[in-house]
Amino acid sequence: MKIFDVEILSNDAVAANIFRLILDAPELAAQAKAGQFVQVKISDEFTLRRPFGIASTAGGKVKIFYRQVGRGTEFLSRQRSGERLNILGALGNGYTARGGKVLLVGGGMGLAPLLCAAETAMRNAQCVMRNENPCPLSLVPCPSDVLMGGRNAGEVDFWQAEFRPFAEEIFLTTDDGSVGKYGFVTDALPDVLAKKNYAAILTCGPEVMMRGVAKLAAEKNIPCEVSFEKRMACGLGACLSCSIDTVNGRRKVCKDGPVFDAKEVF
Amino acid sequence: MDNSCLQTELCGLKLNTPIFAASGTFGFGEEFADFVDLKRLGGVMVKCITLKPRRGNDGVRITETPSGMLNAIGLENPGIETFLLKILPRIKDKMNVIVNVSGSSVEDYGTLAKMLDVDGVAAIELNISCPNVKDGGIIFGTDERQAAAVTAAAKRSTSKPVIVKLSPNVTDITAIARAVESAGADCLSLINTLMGMEINVDTWRVTLGNKTGGLSGGAIKPVAVRMVWQTAQAVNIPIIGTGGIRSAQDAAEFFLAGAAAVAVGTANFAEPSITMKIADDLAAYLRGHGLKNIRELVGKAKS
Ligand SMILES: Cc1cc2nc3c(=O)[nH]c(=O)nc-3n(C[C@H](O)[C@H](O)[C@H](O)COP(=O)(O)OP(=O)(O)OC[C@H]3O[C@@H](n4cnc5c(N)ncnc54)[C@H](O)[C@@H]3O)c2cc1C
Ligand SMILES: Cc1cc2nc3c(=O)[nH]c(=O)nc-3n(C[C@H](O)[C@H](O)[C@H](O)COP(=O)(O)O)c2cc1C
Ligand code: FES
Repeated sequence: MKIFDVEILSNDAVAANIFRLILDAPELAAQAKAGQFVQVKISDEFTLRRPFGIASTAGGKVKIFYRQVGRGTEFLSRQRSGERLNILGALGNGYTARGGKVLLVGGGMGLAPLLCAAETAMRNAQCVMRNENPCPLSLVPCPSDVLMGGRNAGEVDFWQAEFRPFAEEIFLTTDDGSVGKYGFVTDALPDVLAKKNYAAILTCGPEVMMRGVAKLAAEKNIPCEVSFEKRMACGLGACLSCSIDTVNGRRKVCKDGPVFDAKEVF
Repeated sequence: MDNSCLQTELCGLKLNTPIFAASGTFGFGEEFADFVDLKRLGGVMVKCITLKPRRGNDGVRITETPSGMLNAIGLENPGIETFLLKILPRIKDKMNVIVNVSGSSVEDYGTLAKMLDVDGVAAIELNISCPNVKDGGIIFGTDERQAAAVTAAAKRSTSKPVIVKLSPNVTDITAIARAVESAGADCLSLINTLMGMEINVDTWRVTLGNKTGGLSGGAIKPVAVRMVWQTAQAVNIPIIGTGGIRSAQDAAEFFLAGAAAVAVGTANFAEPSITMKIADDLAAYLRGHGLKNIRELVGKAKS
């Protein structure tokens, strides 16, 4: 974990109020794991950094997707390519490495860290196919499937395009039914689970959604990891801004998480 | 780099630099080991410790404000026993450990001070100024008699230097400072956070779970400088100045106001290595002003 002064390669709107930020950060990309996040220094005028999930580490570039919600993300959306950004990372634990076929279930900006998980699974699967990375059969990774939800077509279109190269199958839901299945990911999940056997479910998004996903996973006895969002100051486990209750006592989302075993938190 | 100009002494403690990390913002120090040479700090005031473990406040605990932030962590900590058994042995050789403590009664402070009278503890900082819990701290920090009683209880129970951390949420900080000095305090630390609040105008909801919180960061620096200056006129014991320090210039202001050392809190969040930069820049500042040691700057503000 380190502070990096990196160049912004691009910072473009991909949907209404949603931006894709691409950073030239080979050192960070090399050490980051899917599920980890960074703390972005917006400018010297801001007292706190802003946490964002790492959505891709391919090719020495770090990709971030963010929704403009307040003062910090508004300022960030005005940064241009060629400008520099000070980021602290990679923070947090990340998803557990595992083999088999994994189902990624995400809503809204929660899809960002799952994209990195999909990319990693595909990369590992290709390594195995090229025999670069022989591993026990039980751990052989396969490309993931994705079940994604969003408010409307505009919000899921770009995610579909991002996931397409890394996912085997993509299932869609929208709150308004404008594309994919009408409703929430939790409405569509039972059908998805009925079709294939998954080694694990990774989920990130609104807490009610993750709770619903975790419940269905528990019923089917499928290991499930959830990714939490809490306001953060240090991001290093020092200030206790982000602490939550778990079956193992108080835990810090920034350090012990953001990824937790669903059984530990729900 | 030659840092001898920053070497100083405080209540018998030898300091490599007069720069401390403020309680609650620096964990137990180790969290910052990748960014800071912990031995180069005067010391680390570790997260506040209480007799029993505390889970802290529910709901949102922090929010950013203009040039600062509000926090209402609520003294979440593992309790003194776990601290002594599991944490202190791990950190004691890595830094000067100053243990920040808070109690619900005068006796609590005595008990805590006694339990901390052990190898590895450099000093004890009495937190009588946390605005975020009902039963601890601040009730002692806003009343001269209570503040003196707590100080005396701690002094009787330990051989360690006792630092008393004062609250700015009072009418006259010098009255509390004098009372605490008379009760035997070795050093004062000020200021803790100023009580504040934020309301979301879209949802009409109060932001923090605890409703009110403590304001820290750049916004409080002028208040802190003023209080350090006033207190320095009123007492003879040394003062650790805290509140909104983000640069060597900010730190210099506190030394000029009369602080013998400074502690950096909120600024560690945006820049985890900021204390090292402050040390480097402060050394350069001293050289630039032809001073051989930081002590020559203390209390030199002119009217
Ligand atoms: C581990 C983690 C990963 C995240 N990943 C992403 C991501 O990939 N894409 C994305 O769009 N958002 C993500 N978020 C949420 C993102 O951090 C907030 O939307 C952002 O901080 C808002 O900043 P602001 O100044 O625009 O909003 P403001 O509301 O003005 O912010 C005020 C304060 O509240 C904090 N805050 C506000 N909303 C949130 C929130 N939802 N979570 C945490 N802190 C918040 C801010 O950091 C800031 O300190 C993540 C949060 C966490 C904790
Ligand atoms: C998140 C947070 C937690 C804090 N916790 C404590 C604490 O446990 N004990 C204490 O005496 N002060 C605590 N403080 C106060 C700081 O130590 C410091 O006095 C105050 O924040 C002012 O300095 P600053 O502006 O440099 O942060 C805390 C401050 C913050 C921001
Ligand atoms: S953000 Fe400071 S402990 Fe998690």
